[in-house]
Amino acid sequence: MTVGSIREKEGGSLPVDKLGVIVAALAVYGAFLATFVTYRANRIVQGEARTILESLPPSLGYGLVALVSAGAAIALFKTSAAFRMLAASAVLVALSLLIGIAADHLMPADNAYARISPASGFWILFFAFALLAADALTRMSPGPGIRLLFLAGVLAVMSGLLATGRWDGLSILKEYASRADTFWAEAGRHLTLALGSLAAAALVGLPLGILCHRVDGLRDAVLNVLNAIQTIPSIALFGILIGPLGWIAANVPGAMAIGVRGIGVAPAFVALFLYSLLPMVANTVVGLAGVPQAANDAARGIGMTDRQRLFAVEFPLAFPVILAGIRIVLVQNIGLATIAALIGGGGFGVFVFQGIGQTAMDLVLLGAAPTVILAFVVAITLNAVIEITATGRSPGGSP
Amino acid sequence: MPSPFRFLRLATILRLTALMLLLVFLLLPGWFEPLLKPLVQENAPAIYNRGSLFWLTVLHLRTVFVATLAATFVAVSLAILVTREAGAEFLPLSRSLVNIGQTFPPVAVLALAVPIYGFGENPTLIALFLYGLLPIFENALTGLTSLPPAVMEAARGTGMTERQRLLRIELPLALPVILTGIRLSVVISLSTATIGSTVAAKTLGEVIIAGLQSNNLAFVLQGGFIVAVLAVLIHDALQALERSLAGRAHV
Repeated sequence: MTVGSIREKEGGSLPVDKLGVIVAALAVYGAFLATFVTYRANRIVQGEARTILESLPPSLGYGLVALVSAGAAIALFKTSAAFRMLAASAVLVALSLLIGIAADHLMPADNAYARISPASGFWILFFAFALLAADALTRMSPGPGIRLLFLAGVLAVMSGLLATGRWDGLSILKEYASRADTFWAEAGRHLTLALGSLAAAALVGLPLGILCHRVDGLRDAVLNVLNAIQTIPSIALFGILIGPLGWIAANVPGAMAIGVRGIGVAPAFVALFLYSLLPMVANTVVGLAGVPQAANDAARGIGMTDRQRLFAVEFPLAFPVILAGIRIVLVQNIGLATIAALIGGGGFGVFVFQGIGQTAMDLVLLGAAPTVILAFVVAITLNAVIEITATGRSPGGSP
Repeated sequence: MPSPFRFLRLATILRLTALMLLLVFLLLPGWFEPLLKPLVQENAPAIYNRGSLFWLTVLHLRTVFVATLAATFVAVSLAILVTREAGAEFLPLSRSLVNIGQTFPPVAVLALAVPIYGFGENPTLIALFLYGLLPIFENALTGLTSLPPAVMEAARGTGMTERQRLLRIELPLALPVILTGIRLSVVISLSTATIGSTVAAKTLGEVIIAGLQSNNLAFVLQGGFIVAVLAVLIHDALQALERSLAGRAHV
């Protein structure tokens, strides 16, 4: 790692960490100058600012200020990565717990419509210590297994806070409470769109990729067409597909019955499927092209048929690269499925665009936050799995 | 081998035709009315009538241009910073931040910019800028960290200062890779700007959204095709520019 050599070079200078300076500056600004939470008498009126000390019972307020200061001090000086990780985690957990307590503390007993949401100070503090945690984690460069464990830990803390109702006072959860049923229905639709189009793209893309690998002339043509499709902005593609799908629904017998419509899930599904094809096909081609000639020769030498060679040699060796394609598709689809709401396709985008329409930002967050979390979890998980399969299959360790 | 060249020429002819058609449609949309008329109900308009298509295209492109220009400037400066000795401490972290940032869906960035910057042009510009930073920064990092060691050695040997090396050797050599990043960023921005019309930015998305809201298929299709053709043409033009630059660098 380059980090080690740089540190040795700077061994003689002041033990101040450069990133720590940024983290400490952000922490001071977030804790002392910015507002911790916003209080609003109802969902859409202008909010009033509250600082940390105004939004928490005194003991907890001073406790948080002390903890943040300690965390900033640890960040400022060069210490071991594990220790920095521990400090960052402590501050992040405290912030997560206390934001819920602040909401309960500020909620007036007689006004059920009051809304309390995290304000800039909270987000800046959270960002600063998340940055510290990310830096510490990068320096520790943990293996894929540890990263997965860490992700599971973060998710467990979050679900714990949600399940025990610690965050119930926050405005985003008030939005959730008034539409819990629709939330899970749209969540299901979002996942069905993202995963269903991935499955369809894998079903078509893998054979197409194999074909492109074997037939030279086909490869450039197919990849060029898929590349052009990928370039088309999502709403435009959704819109363009409404025409032909509407025509099919009206003119092909039975199409209506299986759910083909001009607007709704069908054009969204087809568009996501088309977008997914490029990473699927391209990564299959790259993966197969990367299979060492020696492995293929050996397989031919022991008398394997083309088909046996494909399944026993080429596919397993190309698998990590194909999996990387699946990760690209899935992260991309989770984001793009949000836009499906504009053409009646459902998903978390329903809340995002409803919220924008009603200028109710809590509702926007209710749609955006799960989308972002879902994309993160998928990316981190699949990256770890890719690393495990890649190192597991080639003894040299490098993919 | 005549075939790849013939293919190339066919592709060029197709692109020029698309460009001509696009320009004619934007300047004289009335000509296409008979074509779109069958798609709408009796007395609904077949051509977008709440603003000039040409003007919306100009505004759309202006938004993307301004955001990309700012993103390029900031991203390349940051990449230069973290690849110098003074900023090297940030290199591993900035790599992981770029990876994390790119899993963020662009729509989410747009939606989250609204509470901070209100409705209109600003949240769209901010979202395009922030999201546009990532691919440019990533590619500038790749470009600046994967320069051939022999070239760098030679530059040091001739007594060039660090500044001269950066301006005359490193940046020119990394330019094609940086341009690839800019192209990726522009394609994403064109798409996100389209969605920007849901937060009241003046872009071509307006045409599609208006069509969806008033159940006017002609609006949806013309908006969709203008945006699609524009994106594909700009992507191809930038790619051609990259190729010519990369070709020159190798000579």
